[in-house]
Amino acid sequence: MSTKHLTLSGLEPLVVNDALNFVNVGERTNVAGSKKFLRLIKDEKFEEALAVARDQVEGGAQILDVNMDDALLEAKECMVNFLNLIASEPDISRIPIMVDSSKWEVIEAGLQCLQGKGVVNSISLKDGEEAFIEKAKKIKCYGAAAIIMAFDEQGQADTYERRIEICQRAYTVLVEVVKFSPSDIIFDPNIFPVATGIPEHNNYALDFFKATKWIRENLPGANICGGVSNVSFSFRGNNIVREAMHASFLYHASKNGMRLGIVNPNLIEIYEDIDPKLLQHVEDVLFNRREDATERLVDLAEAFVGQGKDKKKDEVLWRNEPLAKRIEHALVRGITDFIVEDAEEARVALEKPLDVIEGPLMDGMGVVGKLFESGKMFLPQVVKSARVMKKAVAYLQPFIEEGKDEQHKKVGKILLATVKGDVHDIGKNIVGVVLACNNYDVIDLGVMVPMEKILERAKEEEADIIGLSGLITPSLDEMVSIAQEMDRQELSTPLLIGGATTSRVHTAVKIAPKYQKGVFHVGDASLSIPLVSKLLNPNHSEQIIRDTKAEYEALKTRFEANSKTKKSTDIAGARANKVLLDWDENPVITPKNIGTKTIHNIDLERLKNYIDWTPFFQTWDLHGRYPKILEDEVVGPQAQELYQDALTLLDEIIAKDGLESKAVLGVFPANQVGDDDIEVYDDEQRASVVDTIIGLRQQGKKSKKAANVCLSDYIQPKGCGADYIGAFAVTAGLGIEKWIERFEKEQDDYQSIMVKALADRLAEATAEYLHEYLRKEYWGYATEEHLSNDDLIRESYKGIRPAPGYPACPDHHQKEVIWNLLNVEKEIGISLTESLAMYPAASVSGFYFAHPQAKYFGLGRIQKDQVADYAQRSKINHAVAERRLQPNLAY
Amino acid sequence: MDGGMGTMIQGYGLEEEDYRLGWFDEHSSPLKGNNDLLSLTRPEIIKEIHAQYLEAGADIIETNTFSGTRIAQADYALESSVYDINYHSAKIAKEVTTEFTKTNPDKPRFVAGAIGPTNRTASLSPDVNRPGYRAVSFNDLVEAYSEQVSALIAGGVDLLLIETIFDTLNAKAALFAVETVFEDLNVKLPIMISGTITDASGRTLSGQTVEAFYISLSHLPIFSIGLNCALGAEQLLPHIRSLSSISSSPISVYPNAGLPNAFGEYDESPELMCEYLKPFLDQGLLNLVGGCCGTTPEHIEAIAEMAANYNPRKKSVTREV
Repeated sequence: MSTKHLTLSGLEPLVVNDALNFVNVGERTNVAGSKKFLRLIKDEKFEEALAVARDQVEGGAQILDVNMDDALLEAKECMVNFLNLIASEPDISRIPIMVDSSKWEVIEAGLQCLQGKGVVNSISLKDGEEAFIEKAKKIKCYGAAAIIMAFDEQGQADTYERRIEICQRAYTVLVEVVKFSPSDIIFDPNIFPVATGIPEHNNYALDFFKATKWIRENLPGANICGGVSNVSFSFRGNNIVREAMHASFLYHASKNGMRLGIVNPNLIEIYEDIDPKLLQHVEDVLFNRREDATERLVDLAEAFVGQGKDKKKDEVLWRNEPLAKRIEHALVRGITDFIVEDAEEARVALEKPLDVIEGPLMDGMGVVGKLFESGKMFLPQVVKSARVMKKAVAYLQPFIEEGKDEQHKKVGKILLATVKGDVHDIGKNIVGVVLACNNYDVIDLGVMVPMEKILERAKEEEADIIGLSGLITPSLDEMVSIAQEMDRQELSTPLLIGGATTSRVHTAVKIAPKYQKGVFHVGDASLSIPLVSKLLNPNHSEQIIRDTKAEYEALKTRFEANSKTKKSTDIAGARANKVLLDWDENPVITPKNIGTKTIHNIDLERLKNYIDWTPFFQTWDLHGRYPKILEDEVVGPQAQELYQDALTLLDEIIAKDGLESKAVLGVFPANQVGDDDIEVYDDEQRASVVDTIIGLRQQGKKSKKAANVCLSDYIQPKGCGADYIGAFAVTAGLGIEKWIERFEKEQDDYQSIMVKALADRLAEATAEYLHEYLRKEYWGYATEEHLSNDDLIRESYKGIRPAPGYPACPDHHQKEVIWNLLNVEKEIGISLTESLAMYPAASVSGFYFAHPQAKYFGLGRIQKDQVADYAQRSKINHAVAERRLQPNLAY
Repeated sequence: MDGGMGTMIQGYGLEEEDYRLGWFDEHSSPLKGNNDLLSLTRPEIIKEIHAQYLEAGADIIETNTFSGTRIAQADYALESSVYDINYHSAKIAKEVTTEFTKTNPDKPRFVAGAIGPTNRTASLSPDVNRPGYRAVSFNDLVEAYSEQVSALIAGGVDLLLIETIFDTLNAKAALFAVETVFEDLNVKLPIMISGTITDASGRTLSGQTVEAFYISLSHLPIFSIGLNCALGAEQLLPHIRSLSSISSSPISVYPNAGLPNAFGEYDESPELMCEYLKPFLDQGLLNLVGGCCGTTPEHIEAIAEMAANYNPRKKSVTREV
């Protein structure tokens, strides 16, 4: 290895050479720069703090800067703790760490945690040569590179001359006295704000460029690093101008030899895309080319204040680009308006229509894929890109068939299906779209696909990968069976597992051991691309299969060790520790109505106000709470756009009465029997039992104050007094087929996923609305209630509405009780599949408990004794009971 | 280089009293298996093994000090004997090499002070539920290594060998200690570094690739870098090839005699091991070669014989990591 270039390491190497034109240092793990990170560290939320680090790595950071300098933190302890935690996360610790602190003891403690070669940020001649030498010697012994600030006893260098004088002096000391390797020296020659109105600042950027160039030419081996966003400090609030300044500064700084930098990837424009006039004004400032440069930029900047990108102006500009560029632009920005026109132009220009797909269209999608993988585009944008692609391909298809052209070659075939008994497909569809736009041939078998059909088609189509999706817990079992069957039939196709109830742990513990040829859990759509591309690359597939297998085996061992140590109690003990409600303090409120009521055509406009938007954004892989997510630094703009698109479609649906929302609810006399069950009666005589809700009780070992809860605890025991239970089922998915059909015809996956996601939200909103109606009117136990939508989302209401299949009542079979009590299928048309999923998918059902002390809880793991008892009470055999309750079994 | 020490010691069928003789007769806990002690209690056996390896053609022999840190000796409550173990191990090894060099001045022999990894990891938590926890700190390691290194130097070693590195942070602490001791004593000895790869993915136990391992330990001038233990020669070839293509320092390899068989024994014959080592030499990847677990003087003799027909690797960096 030559000593010419800076080399660093985490678990993997990083060589800073000319092939990498710029090394991006992730800076969100810096308490001084990120309020969010500071708060997480202060609150000791290390899991989330690690997620910030992981985001940085996934977003393309090649070095991770970690800084804990805050007056309220024990910086040294926080540094050591966080670096140790990072060391346990191979996906983060693969990149080198930059230990950032103004306190030497923090730096030293940090260096003692790094097995790789990291970077110290920073030391300088500020306290004289002696202290500088001593620190540099230590750094050398620890095996790290160092950032040297252009700072000496007289202060920070702010001119060209001072910069080179200090850097020259530091370099000589380091190389000659300390014997520091020149390539381990990284100078930070200070990036200061320009266009501040103070004439002395006018040369700051230019001097930085010149000093950078001089260092590269005169101090062999040394590197340059800088914090770029400083330069635009005086334009805070005006992102268009800031983005342009960052792009231009970075462009010129790297041309002059700056190889490392701290840049917020969301605050930078593509250099070529900067408005030419703005660019000229920016560069006039950076290069101090005119005396009035600052005033001119400030004037021009006003035109951009508070403005998003001027779309109309952009549009005019990009339409003048050459054809291939226009196609790329349309794909990246998701603009369908001109794509047919452009595809036609390309078809005429190129020999074969297929060449249009394999040429400019695929090239453009390649750009989209890269931007997505490097975190510069987000999921909804990619789905929009796919819409543009589909439209172009649909236009070209007849020409291809006419010319009997060869079929377009795809890079791999992926078969997707939602498993038998499950009807949920939003996540699966998103994965399908993302894969398709990365040029994979996606065969989507739809929902409720039986195992035989999946395997048969996989063989018939010679699929390279099979992806299974499911949302409800019984689907997990189905996936295990499929894995088993694939093993029996000796298939060798890798198996991908995804969907809301699936998890890495479940995949590792239950599915992976059944099938040896590779099982992978795909947590979100963006992870599917790198995984699939590795699996289909013969150079990588074996390794990733092996690595994942090892990882899952470790996970399994850990899980099993953990579950052994979890303390539990037998069912008799759990029952003895049940919740005892105070029925005198909170007497049962006799319902105003007994019996059922069906409501058709609930006003959608009204439901709109009950929507909880946060899960909607999650569907699209945008994470954050609504409405704050709209202002989020990273995903904010994208979230806003998505929200606008959603509202537009929602308004259209409302205007056309395009979806029907229906509900049925009922309130019945009921009592707790035999500790865990609830008998439901047809009238106040309480003589004839209509149905019995078979309950499950928590069996985890509890601390003194906590009880082992079962839903039945919230209903007064038989013989103690009258009590009541409610039940409900709602759907907002009636009529959705028309919309899906329309969007599929228009090749518009974006809208097709959108309408499903909206229907889901409307169903939840209907449940919220109905619950309020129950509390205030139908049962009327909270007539005085005044809650905002926010309060409702926070579940501030009295009583609960647990749903079968969710943590308080994981047993999907209790839905059958609801269907029986309310005659759901006949009244509002929701049916239950063999796995007890509700169809239409946009449906919600559950029980109502009115007692003010009733709280949501999670059942957790249960023991064999309870399962046996449950089987007996449900009049089913033990094996059937175990299958039903599989996800909650502790054994 | 020489071959395995443990296998050879096993051949003597030693008992508990052999580990106590004259030094630890009154020690409260059992000592059998603490091979480093034999340099004190049965020095003639250790000298005999060294001599057999030198006879077989080894140029460098390792001191019998793989577990010679207070961290490793804590298992036997012998923290206080660390200086003696290292000093005497170095001294007897040096006596044997001096003898051989005197007999044959054209083939000078050297002693490498063996510095093992200890039995704790500085960058991994032993407790999966507490990923931030560490059983040993960098400073603990520096202190323990400094003690070992000072004693090895006092005993007269010619080189220092930081070996069987499974956690690079441990090795960085060892290097830090070596550098500190050098400064204190105002001496400098060549430093050899040898890591170990624990699985076929080509990474160290602590997760580093060979390239990252090299970068993490190349901040001080080193005499050589290489791999030993864990795998047989056959499995080490691709990793030595990577290392050779990036390293500006000489390359060493001293593999086990194959992978352990069903009884946990290493049973690759000298002939087979040579067959596996031949491609290393054919491709000019090596400057130093020897054996680790399961190898014997017969292995070293066969390897030395074969290696004599080849030129050592020329410094030829073909890529930048």
